[in-house]
Amino acid sequence: MQTNILEYLEKTVLVKPDKVAFANENMGLTFQEVYMQARAIGSKLHAEGYYGKPIVVFMRKHPTTLAAFFGAIYAGCYYVPLDDEMPRHRIELIFQTLGEGALICDESTESIAKELNYQGKIYRYDDLAAGEIDENALAAIRDKQLDIDPIYIVFTSGSTGIPKGVVACHRSVIDYVEHLCDVLKFDENSVFGNQTPLYFDAYLKEVIPTLKYGATTILIPKQLFMFPIKLVEFLNEHKINTLCWVVSALTMISSFRTFETVKPLYLRTIAFASEVFPIKQFKLWRAALPQARFINLYGPTETTGICCYYEVDREFSEDETLPVGRPFQNTQILLLDENNKIPPVGQQGEICVRGTRLTLGYYCNPEKTSEAFVQNPLNSLYPELIYRTGDLGRWNERGELEFAGRKDYQIKHMGHRIELGEIEVIVNMHPQVRSACCIFDNEKKKIVLFYTGDIAVADLTSYIKGKLPRYMVPNVTKQLPELPYTPNGKIDRNGLKNLYAGK
Amino acid sequence: MEALLNILNELHPEVDFETATGLIDNKVLDSFDIVTIVAEVDAEYDVQIPAVELTPENFNSAKALYALIEKLLDE
Repeated sequence: MQTNILEYLEKTVLVKPDKVAFANENMGLTFQEVYMQARAIGSKLHAEGYYGKPIVVFMRKHPTTLAAFFGAIYAGCYYVPLDDEMPRHRIELIFQTLGEGALICDESTESIAKELNYQGKIYRYDDLAAGEIDENALAAIRDKQLDIDPIYIVFTSGSTGIPKGVVACHRSVIDYVEHLCDVLKFDENSVFGNQTPLYFDAYLKEVIPTLKYGATTILIPKQLFMFPIKLVEFLNEHKINTLCWVVSALTMISSFRTFETVKPLYLRTIAFASEVFPIKQFKLWRAALPQARFINLYGPTETTGICCYYEVDREFSEDETLPVGRPFQNTQILLLDENNKIPPVGQQGEICVRGTRLTLGYYCNPEKTSEAFVQNPLNSLYPELIYRTGDLGRWNERGELEFAGRKDYQIKHMGHRIELGEIEVIVNMHPQVRSACCIFDNEKKKIVLFYTGDIAVADLTSYIKGKLPRYMVPNVTKQLPELPYTPNGKIDRNGLKNLYAGK
Repeated sequence: MEALLNILNELHPEVDFETATGLIDNKVLDSFDIVTIVAEVDAEYDVQIPAVELTPENFNSAKALYALIEKLLDE
């Protein structure tokens, strides 16, 4: 039985050493190169004394970034991907959570990395990857590794202002990848066009199946996602046939009527996640690619990325939404009401997930872990964890799960999961801000910040841009003399929504 | 031009769009901004910017973008 995700690479490198595994617009790494470089990195990290430690990968998005991830796993460590454009404040919060370990940078991030307040040692990718491979050490590491050992930590927005690090292990990723591949029918001829950043978990959908089948993943330049015709031309030029994108990247293409000028020629599988796909836009995609399969994916990072799927098999009208569908094999969805009971079919409940794909929890955060990863309330007989997503759902008459909103103030914006509370904490930290509240304009998909205080809107925006990642910076900022309050003294979010709608 | 500057300023109040150039090259604007700008230009000027006009050159400055709007208005 497979117990380590590196076995995917090790099997494929025997049969397709010279095929390109990961590429961008300029270069590519073959399976052999990924294999050699990852093992050299693993050997060097081992020689430097790292085992079971977080290895920060602070590199620009590049094929070698992926080899660095596998290098950390070869060392028996786990990688922590960081965004090279992330503001310093957030990176340092993450470093505080991580504690000791090592950091891998490249020539473009080295000078920033050295300015950061990082306690561990900093290594250059090129130096690590060019080193000797210590076969005996790597074999000894593999021998003591278990499938419940961690592979990565990805940091997601936290409502208290501190990002939460979700820890995933070999077992959950293998379970995820095997069932995802069955449903999406990937194979050795799959050419993935990667859109999602490497500092979350979404890229696993392309990268691990690439190792499993000996397929190819092309990292698409981020800038192309502003220019849809060039983007489709890129897909055609590289004969990309499989997409696993966030919805907003797909609708960016369709909403500009790109298909009237150029159509994707090779696409056969289009999976999408992170947001609700507006049916009007979805119909444009289906009309442009009538032969392609379209699959809606749903799931939080805490369940190793994705836990449910729905392959579109019927027509939808514009007032309907695509269902979230059904769980993958070996995963169960429980809907639980406020009393931890199963509501009648058709009624809302919190979406809770049971199965091997549950991640290990939040890094160095037992409190948040125990709030979300809880004993299954329907089982009082033996220990069994479920993950409470905070998402609301209901079963429709066809037995499909439908998404019905959030229990709290978490939103999805351009595919990113954001706690509005985290933005508010950062804004409230500014000495000239008296109070602040964020709402989400769901129609125009804008984060709207209201605040009171003596700071100008422009100055506050500059401050926020220095503290939060780009995708969390409010799209509209309004200064008010006072915020509205509810009778029991809380900021009146509905009042703010009405104020904004009637502006 | 003023309405366009208002649209841009709402998205990035700390940027002086009257003088700023390299809005794409310097990563001032991202894909969300482009989508928003196109929708709001449509609402404000009744101009639909077609996909072929979505180029870095047309979005690198407010001036270039306004020239595009004027060109499309003339058509």
